Amino acid sequence: MSLETYSLSHALAASLKRELLLAVRQKSELFNPLLFFLVVVVFVPLGITPDKNFLAKLAPGMIWVFALLATLLSLESLFKADFEDGSLEQMLVSPLSLFWIVGVKVFCHWLLTGVPLTLLAPVLGVMLFLPSDAYLGLIASLLIGTACLSLIGAIGAALTVSLRRGGLVLSLIVMPLYVPILIFGADAVNNLAQGLPYAFSLLVLGVFFFLALLGAPFASAGALRISVTA
Amino acid sequence: MSLLRFSEFTCWRSDEALFKAVNFSLNSGDIVQVVGPNGAGKTTLLRSLCGLYNDYQGDILWQNQSWQSRFYDFSHSLLYLGHTPGVKKSLTAAENLRWYTSIQQGVSARSNIENALAQVGLDDYADTLCQEMSAGQLRRVALARLYISQRSLWVLDEPFTAIDVLGVSQLEKHLQNHVQHGGTVLLTTHQPLAIAQVKNLTLEPCLREASYES
Repeated sequence: MSLETYSLSHALAASLKRELLLAVRQKSELFNPLLFFLVVVVFVPLGITPDKNFLAKLAPGMIWVFALLATLLSLESLFKADFEDGSLEQMLVSPLSLFWIVGVKVFCHWLLTGVPLTLLAPVLGVMLFLPSDAYLGLIASLLIGTACLSLIGAIGAALTVSLRRGGLVLSLIVMPLYVPILIFGADAVNNLAQGLPYAFSLLVLGVFFFLALLGAPFASAGALRISVTA
Repeated sequence: MSLLRFSEFTCWRSDEALFKAVNFSLNSGDIVQVVGPNGAGKTTLLRSLCGLYNDYQGDILWQNQSWQSRFYDFSHSLLYLGHTPGVKKSLTAAENLRWYTSIQQGVSARSNIENALAQVGLDDYADTLCQEMSAGQLRRVALARLYISQRSLWVLDEPFTAIDVLGVSQLEKHLQNHVQHGGTVLLTTHQPLAIAQVKNLTLEPCLREASYES
């Protein structure tokens, strides 16, 4: 095989491996959003009320809001390190389309933030007395929802990567886009908890996911290019 | 026909031309040093060529066609080394190079990578994390790409930064070797080069008085 043999799958596998290696070696970034999620949910009964019925009503919305904020916390660093150490330039110069590189990065972000949050959520649901019927809905809606959050968040992260303190701007860009996901995600869990039909909300989340999957990597790639070349 | 031709090319920064428009041709076998005082736009010129800067005027012809319109093909012959070397500190030297070659769509056999690292004097550092290396060694990891890649056009921005005397002379030999095999090198450096056939691409700063008056 010649050295210049074109191989997309090879490049994708290598990018995936790199992202995972980097995440494993920088454990603090991996655990920060999870720790935040855990801490705030633990604080809710302490700060508001330990009343079981009250907490049960609050639980779906609370868990969703905190999962969203935890994701938001982790977004700023998505492209930052690559921008600062010159890796992003190498990605732009390479013949490999930025679309794929962004895709791999977003997938890893979801795998290392969204999936752990989703797995942690049922445990926190127990703390907040979430009705037992709602657990499946919680996991399903968070699994799809966090994927949307990672995809949409990548656009904001790409747009603000060259700003020195881009965190606030990033939040302002991304928040409005997160609103419908929060509404339908929490709605699915709420409805399940009350024994109401929930399929519609999950379906809408699914539609959001596919729209984000189609648009976000392109938008992020374009935004990254603008951030670097400006 | 020249390989690469700058025609009336100039870069802009905040509505001012950085340097007087240049006309310059590069052929295979050329080593070209971009010359000019600090702030003349040497880095900006190289970044524009690599598609990393957009505020320019004029055109660059690659094989007689505008390079922007054929950037995908152009990027297959391009190797860029910038100020920031693009080396991840929490990866080992070999991991860095493996990722680099794979996104450049090359195949990165372990033996190739170890060989390249040996060429830049990092024989036993393949599995060392880059955060444990010195600035010069970090730079050498980036320079090891020059020994793996089969790209023909090398665009190097200050490649000799933090490299010791012996390293510089080895690198100069490698550049000469590359152009003898039909490659092309475009570089900036403030070090005097011990290479005989270097051509100069001089950037003359634009006079700024005019803009102060208006």
